[in-house]
Amino acid sequence: MSAAEIVEVLSRGVTVTVSLMLVSGILALVVAFVAGLSRVSGLKIVRFLTTVYVEFFRGTSLLVQLFWIFFVLPQLFGIRLDPFMAGVITLGLNYGAYASEIVRGSILAVPDGQREAAVALNMSKTQRMRLIILPQALRTMLPGFGNISIELLKATALVSLITLQDMMYLAQNLRAADYSLSLKVFGILLVMYFVLALPLIVLSRYLEKRASRGVANT
Amino acid sequence: MTGKPIVQFQNVKKSFDELEVLKGFDLDIMPGEKVSIIGPSGSGKTTIIRMLMTLEKPTDGEIIVDGQNLWHMESNGKWVEANEKHLSKIRGNIGMVFQHFNLFPHMTILRNCTEAPVHVLGLNKKEAEQRAKQMLAKVGLAEKEKNYPFQLSGGQKQRVAIARALVMQPKVMLFDEVTSALDPELVGEVLRVIKDLAEQGDMTMILITHEMDFAMEISDRVVFFADGYLTEEGPPEELFNNPKSDRLKSFLQRFSKV
Ligand SMILES: Nc1ncnc2c1ncn2[C@@H]1O[C@H](COP(=O)(O)OP(=O)(O)OP(=O)(O)O)[C@@H](O)[C@H]1O
Ligand SMILES: [Mg+2]
Repeated sequence: MSAAEIVEVLSRGVTVTVSLMLVSGILALVVAFVAGLSRVSGLKIVRFLTTVYVEFFRGTSLLVQLFWIFFVLPQLFGIRLDPFMAGVITLGLNYGAYASEIVRGSILAVPDGQREAAVALNMSKTQRMRLIILPQALRTMLPGFGNISIELLKATALVSLITLQDMMYLAQNLRAADYSLSLKVFGILLVMYFVLALPLIVLSRYLEKRASRGVANT
Repeated sequence: MTGKPIVQFQNVKKSFDELEVLKGFDLDIMPGEKVSIIGPSGSGKTTIIRMLMTLEKPTDGEIIVDGQNLWHMESNGKWVEANEKHLSKIRGNIGMVFQHFNLFPHMTILRNCTEAPVHVLGLNKKEAEQRAKQMLAKVGLAEKEKNYPFQLSGGQKQRVAIARALVMQPKVMLFDEVTSALDPELVGEVLRVIKDLAEQGDMTMILITHEMDFAMEISDRVVFFADGYLTEEGPPEELFNNPKSDRLKSFLQRFSKV
């Protein structure tokens, strides 16, 4: 098999890999904001429950979580998810937990004087968060989100283990058919993941530069 | 000045863990009055006005604003701790200017001054901008409205902070050492703005300051706070030229030496 043929086969998995990353990325983002805001909530019980969620997902294996959602949930509760949904939910919850730490950290990094000025102007709690704190915290969050999205892209390879036909799955297939291809197939696979990650790498470098200069801390 | 006080501190106490900062503070302030609070560093002056701004909660005692209890409210015939809604209702009477300006860095100067009027007072954008521009002109910064805070000098930032508070039209304005973070050559422009404001009359002003000349010039009354209590008070001339307590004498002496 020529390199071109291998690339051709593996390319059929690009759509799955990329769409899995995008959809679970969006879920992770939503989860990150909900959980991140809950972590700084005034309600102790909300903070506690969110902390349990975050630490649980950070502290256990992503692969085991994936197997739970794909293989165990159907047996226990009769909830059957197709592999793509299972992948999206696992990756979204897992990376959402990581990203919520970024949201929380960035919110806490906004100087307290900002909140106090907003109180002195009689803004409500929600207004303080929405108009004053979050817009400033967002700048600090972006580079972190960039890094996490790269991690997420790489983690999508795990879904090949629940029969989803992404790039990794197709590579495994090729190798299973002809062991002598291992080096070539996985060499090409590395390069293809890197090419997909490249825009994300460039973007997060740019965001890092932007966050470290200017407007933020006056 | 007659009538009822606009601000009353009644036996207010405040501790941070073991540290007892206010041990029983009493002070009545009349509408329109300009009161300066002086005292040693770390004595608790900032804490006094932060409690009035609802940024810090008293450990004990009452603060009354315009006849209403700030930190307590009546609920089903019982006195209970104030909730956010109650605090917010009374907080609207009060504005504050901070030592470190605390402008919003992500907004233009104009937006800094219109954000609260639009979202808190419910003014429409045009009304809010009109008010904001008027106040910015008053502090001499009309031409800076499109700039961002980082493009301004410290003195300009502090004048914007004053305009931002004024746009809300509070009855009582609090100033916490608003010139002490400024380079000496920028102090004058800020003090001038405050002096203008004081001379216009009807706003009640409470100022914490280390500028004794300035306190002398604009205050109706000066309050000396030390060791957890209001130690001495009176008209500025009397207090500065004829201090009674030893504590104030030594405080003023130390000041005139520098
Ligand atoms: N949030 C806090 N937690 C713990 N201690 C505090 C807190 N705020 C103030 N203090 C302490 O309370 C005391 C009074 O502080 P405060 O800032 O009111 O003094 P001040 O008179 O304004 O001093 P300065 O003239 O230096 O501004 C200080 O000893 C300070 O360290
Ligand atoms: Mg102070």
